[in-house]
Amino acid sequence: MPDPAIRVTELRKTFRVPVREAGLDAAVRSLFRREHREVHAVDGVSFAIEPGEIVGFLGPNGAGKTTTLKMLSGLLYPTGGEATVLGHTPSRREADFLRRITMVMGNRNQLQWDLPALDSFELIRAIYRLEPDAFRATRDEFIELLDLRELVTKPVRNLSLGERMKMEFVGALLHRPQVLFLDEPTLGLDVTMQKRIRSFVAEYNRRFGATVLLTSHYMADVQALSKRVVVIHHGRILFDGALAELSTRFDSTKTIGVTLSEGTADLSSYGEVLSTDEGRTLLRVSRADAPEVTTRLLRDLPVLDLTIEDPPIEDVIERVFADARDERAAAMPAGG
Amino acid sequence: MTTTAPTIGRGPLASIRGWLGLYGTQMRIAILSQIQYRVSNYFYMIGMVTEPVIYLVVWSTVARQQGGEVGGFTPGEFAAYYIVWTLVRNMNIALTPWAWEERVRGGELSGMLLRPVHPIHLDLAGLAGWKAVVILLWLPIAAFLSLIFQPTYSIEPIDVVVFLIAIWGAYVLRSMFLWLLGLVTFWTTRVGPVFDIFFTAELLLSGRLVPMSLMPDWAQRLADFLPFQWTFGFPIDALIGRLPPDQLLGGLAMQLLWIAISASIVAVSWRLAVRRFSAVGG
Repeated sequence: MPDPAIRVTELRKTFRVPVREAGLDAAVRSLFRREHREVHAVDGVSFAIEPGEIVGFLGPNGAGKTTTLKMLSGLLYPTGGEATVLGHTPSRREADFLRRITMVMGNRNQLQWDLPALDSFELIRAIYRLEPDAFRATRDEFIELLDLRELVTKPVRNLSLGERMKMEFVGALLHRPQVLFLDEPTLGLDVTMQKRIRSFVAEYNRRFGATVLLTSHYMADVQALSKRVVVIHHGRILFDGALAELSTRFDSTKTIGVTLSEGTADLSSYGEVLSTDEGRTLLRVSRADAPEVTTRLLRDLPVLDLTIEDPPIEDVIERVFADARDERAAAMPAGG
Repeated sequence: MTTTAPTIGRGPLASIRGWLGLYGTQMRIAILSQIQYRVSNYFYMIGMVTEPVIYLVVWSTVARQQGGEVGGFTPGEFAAYYIVWTLVRNMNIALTPWAWEERVRGGELSGMLLRPVHPIHLDLAGLAGWKAVVILLWLPIAAFLSLIFQPTYSIEPIDVVVFLIAIWGAYVLRSMFLWLLGLVTFWTTRVGPVFDIFFTAELLLSGRLVPMSLMPDWAQRLADFLPFQWTFGFPIDALIGRLPPDQLLGGLAMQLLWIAISASIVAVSWRLAVRRFSAVGG
């Protein structure tokens, strides 16, 4: 069994942030005595990712996803715990380590604004000291994969957001990194462009066996690319496992969709009616009751079509965070 | 797991090839970018000529009123000094310390830290490429100023050789110091007064405001302990033929010494600055 590509043990990052109340009094007081509070952005996170694995890193804003990614890419120094990526300690930022990873952020721009992307790619070749023939082969292959042939000679400033993002991806992967940290890579892109980026990442992973840690607010990204997800909230891991298992663990319901051959009927005696739309009724029932309810529906009613599905993954995730919020509130001492 | 893309290899020769490739490519990209902005660059350079022309007119007038010269400078020599000034000023332009704040705030620094190359190399090479464009744009400006102010030069071949080295030395040296100033922003953004002190000292003790030989003795002695004159007055004096060979070579040695000192401080400060950035976040 090979060593994990990424191994994180009890990783922590605490920021010390200044606090000041509003108003002149507070401003004057802060001249003499500055107050700070500690924010535990990442609070004892542990996981391991095998070479070639694609893992979705999920959590609401401020959960600690980006902070973790920044620690793993060497941009932030951990307050505690350990992280190794491809056998390197990221915070040392060794050149050999930086040559083997990449980080793509939805808002990052590493391309020269006024020049065609081809010129920026040449600079990347020089920075990573890539062998010219191999560089050209990789570049042309990526350009082909992302259908950029007509665009690489246009100044970057004339490209749309989606076209720029595709160019960013080419630039970020030209040195063929073995670990990809993708932080909201499809942010603000339309559905077609998101799909294109997703298939490119999947293809890169397949071709080069790269390890990918991906954060995204678009569940479609995660569903399309990752079999495994790590869910983080308030700097702590709430779940680490198969995406399919997430529903089983955190949502004990199934959604049954029923279409009757003749009109509609009141189905509230079978389960919680979620919606009725164009003759199709959605029912929520407990996972355990689903087989029995299905049998009754088929026996009692003229069913034209029936589906049994897990609830949408967005709803499951929302439930995970809601549960965590409730637990946190319950753990807080009562105020007076 | 597959390996990363093949590189040009390791070893001294590959390393030299790698550095030359990096500097060459970054300079080429800077030239291409600057050509896009050739008109605004030209207006910028014309605007920059205002400052030396004011100094030149004032000092030429004083020289004439003092019977033809001041401190050994005739009006023709003042003209030579300030025309070369315009080139040296453009050549020693370096990344301003204020740019660092934007680099940190705008996230550019994170991108720089993800690359396996110290960012000072890309800055040095980028602005060096810009200067290649500047020299071309400067030639007609110098010709125009020469027609109007009639400079007098007494140039030996060694002056030209030393000047060609000294203007790049001045650029590297000034880049190091402005980089150091920029790194202060990692600890505090309230550094305006520090920058003001630096730039005022530079104005007075570098030969930018007046040739150093016109400054009082105490100022000249003070300047000997500071790096400023090696970034401004020395290259100018070298080209207009005011320095004997020993001072020309001594000046290059001083540039080298200050570059070594400042580069060492930059190396240490950069490590501390990155640690600071890594601790507090971008």
